[in-house]
Amino acid sequence: MFDYEILRVIWWIFTGVVIIAFTLTSGFDFGIGALLPFVGRNDLERRAVINTIGGTWEGNQVWLVLLGGALFAVWPLVYATLFSGLYIAMLLVLFALFFRPAGFDYRSKLEDPRWRNAWDWGLFIGGAVPPILLGVLVGNLVQGLPFHFDSDLRPYYSGSFFGLLNPFALLCGVVGLLLCLFHGAIYLKLRTEGGLHERALNLVRVIGPALLATLALATLWVAYGMSLPEIATMPGTDAASNPLAKTVTTAHTWLDQFAAHPWMFAAPAIGFGGLLLAWRTAITRNTGLAFVFSSLGISGMLLSLGFGLFPYLLISSSHPGHSLTIWDASSSQFTLALAFWITVVFLPIVLTYTRWVYKVLWGSVTPEKVLNDQHTLY
Amino acid sequence: MIIGDEIVSLSRLQFGLTAMYHFLFVPLTLGMSFILAIMESVYVMTGKPVYKDMTKFWGKLFGINFAMGVTTGITLEFQFGTNWAYYSHYVGDIFGPILASEGWMAFFLESTLVGLFFFGWDRLSKVQHLAVTWAVAFGTSFSALWILIANGWMQHPVGSAFNYETLRMEMQSFADVFFNPVAQVKFVHTVAAGYVTGSMFVLGISAWYLLQRRDLGFARRSFSVAAGFGLASVLSVIVLGDESGYTSGETQRIKLAAIEAEWETHEPPASFTVIGFPDQDAEKTHLALKIPYALGLIATRSIDEPVLGIKDLREDSTRRIRNGMIAYGELAKLRAGDKSEATRARFDQHKVDLGYGLLLKKYTEEPANASEEMIRKAAADTIPRVAPMFWVFRLMVAAGFTMLFVFAMSFYYCATRVADQKRWLLRLAVWCIPLPWIASEAGWFVAEYGRQPWTISGVLPTSMSVSSISTEQLWFSIGGFLFFYTALLVIEMYLMIKYIRLGPSSLHTGRYHFETKAAAPAL
Repeated sequence: MFDYEILRVIWWIFTGVVIIAFTLTSGFDFGIGALLPFVGRNDLERRAVINTIGGTWEGNQVWLVLLGGALFAVWPLVYATLFSGLYIAMLLVLFALFFRPAGFDYRSKLEDPRWRNAWDWGLFIGGAVPPILLGVLVGNLVQGLPFHFDSDLRPYYSGSFFGLLNPFALLCGVVGLLLCLFHGAIYLKLRTEGGLHERALNLVRVIGPALLATLALATLWVAYGMSLPEIATMPGTDAASNPLAKTVTTAHTWLDQFAAHPWMFAAPAIGFGGLLLAWRTAITRNTGLAFVFSSLGISGMLLSLGFGLFPYLLISSSHPGHSLTIWDASSSQFTLALAFWITVVFLPIVLTYTRWVYKVLWGSVTPEKVLNDQHTLY
Repeated sequence: MIIGDEIVSLSRLQFGLTAMYHFLFVPLTLGMSFILAIMESVYVMTGKPVYKDMTKFWGKLFGINFAMGVTTGITLEFQFGTNWAYYSHYVGDIFGPILASEGWMAFFLESTLVGLFFFGWDRLSKVQHLAVTWAVAFGTSFSALWILIANGWMQHPVGSAFNYETLRMEMQSFADVFFNPVAQVKFVHTVAAGYVTGSMFVLGISAWYLLQRRDLGFARRSFSVAAGFGLASVLSVIVLGDESGYTSGETQRIKLAAIEAEWETHEPPASFTVIGFPDQDAEKTHLALKIPYALGLIATRSIDEPVLGIKDLREDSTRRIRNGMIAYGELAKLRAGDKSEATRARFDQHKVDLGYGLLLKKYTEEPANASEEMIRKAAADTIPRVAPMFWVFRLMVAAGFTMLFVFAMSFYYCATRVADQKRWLLRLAVWCIPLPWIASEAGWFVAEYGRQPWTISGVLPTSMSVSSISTEQLWFSIGGFLFFYTALLVIEMYLMIKYIRLGPSSLHTGRYHFETKAAAPAL
């Protein structure tokens, strides 16, 4: 049996892995959904776009479900506080996701152009709204959320939905959307030919610089403008989880956090480097390399967030002492170990068959292929 | 704090609405995925293209339904956090890993492979595709397994204990949680009910084609598969009916007493009340028609164990509430820093009833000092309304036995190869299509309404489980769900009916009704 402390660190890493897997896979699905009404000029082209992700988007979205399940299982107070506190925002994400299963499966089951056009906009909403709102969410996680607990550990949230829409968080929302559009356009370019391929390439060309510029702005804002509370006393890294048992003092900036551990600068370096290389290689070469780089870049940016926040999971802006850390908001040692073994067994299995499914369904999707298989494809 | 009744009621309303709505689609997915796998297996074994067409056509209807199952399933996962935050904190240590296991083992499997089911026909060998179809079928049933283990734990929370340092329940034994007898019985009962739903759907629609005298070979074979699988499934549902799961655990016993309107404990073996009119105020059942011995046999599988009546069960609740008050008082001392041996021992001795103490939280901030009046009210809360339990249960059973009759006759006439001449049976099969949904929703009502006032039986009262949110937020979400779910249901039904009417002609193979008849009616 592992030490409690080590299990908590392992689960901090695993949670990060699930977040990265979700962003990398659903990220391009979201981006392609959001681009759909603009890149496809006619019904067959739009169907080609949809079918680049039609057979695989559902499995990709399970990473989001798994993320919810992992938070519930491993960081129950984070799950409870975040979902109930950001009630309206979470429901808006959910309502936007409603457009996706029906959008994919129902759109091409009727011929009527109004019907198909309506679902194209439905897929647009399902693709654009979640990355924006999840970006806003990340922006607020960085700033901290106004929550606290009573002595029964019941969470209370004292902010409002519109309070989430502050300038920094909105910038993060834009970054979230651009990131998915960029990643999606690179994937679309890889899976299409002819006109669609050209248009996807042009999108990469334009979105790349916009993404890098907004991301740089957000990064500077975080480095110099955002701070984290300093833990003064806490019961210990292997103590029973109770977030009310610690005290915090003055805040330190994100730059201080990184400067104290200079190796952490590798993460944003990989992030920016990856995205920049993705942009260059997408334009100069016709291979999957750009997608690898953009995946690397996104992972680097998410790692930067994780490193910067460590050991915090949720920072309370109103009661900094009630912030949730990996040391005081985890499940029991028993449950962390159980969840660890379940993950160790099933992660490789899931990755193996997911890889197989992509391999079987791989190949470019063209309007001609859609026409030849129009009663089976989406 | 004492939480407003309105928040609790609205949260329950929303959960009830969204969960029951989700379960319009789940049982059909469960059943049809296996029917597809059976049809495709026959195709692979015999090589007859009609079985491939069957798999593809019923697969189209499966897909229309599956999309809705996915849409409405995510709601439930979000909802524990958004609306039941204190529940999530209090039992996340046990409930969370079960849900996460469902994700790893089941939801990934079905969601990842379902794409290959639809788009892999020309990219996979026959056997590979068949393996995918079976994997999807097992994925859906694994999913049900984990969800029913989670729900079974809510009905009968084994393998866990309260930790006063973290103020929540924590898991002690995964094996106890997994092999929880209530969960195992519920799993078998629920998936078999899903198989019945898929079978009734295919049976009824095939019967309609037979009545229309179209696509006869296709419809007759579909009808046979559904009759065979349906008969086996409906027998499983009834024989493995989950009444036997109602003997373990306090709340389960209260449920059983409410279902049977057993106000008093009688000498074993108890008789079974077939029909009657339960009267909550008088605590009597008027005009009861009883079968001697039957209840004792069904519930305890014996003739000498008593089935406890409601009045005795309420007495038991009162006793446990008094214990719970002691546990709550000791917990307060522990939390205030008194960790002496005596306090801990006294807490450990009474902590199993802590949940009963929490029932008083609805009436007072200080359960340890509750008045006799409050204790009486809290004990009364542990008994659900008997009449809805009594009637809805009978509705479920009646639907089940009607389906047994339909499947048995269908199977018999299939075996004697005269099914398509028995037009009364075909008409009956069409009319019975809604029955499995009625039965499933009724079953869930009995299970969940009957568990009130608890979310976790004997551990956490519903009134404490909710999030600290406002009624405005709840109205926003309920309004959103009503809007989206109504719109989606209309769309789904429209597509489903359109494709059912088209039948296998929708595959565009050139072999079916609307393609072979030049003067086919336009649709």
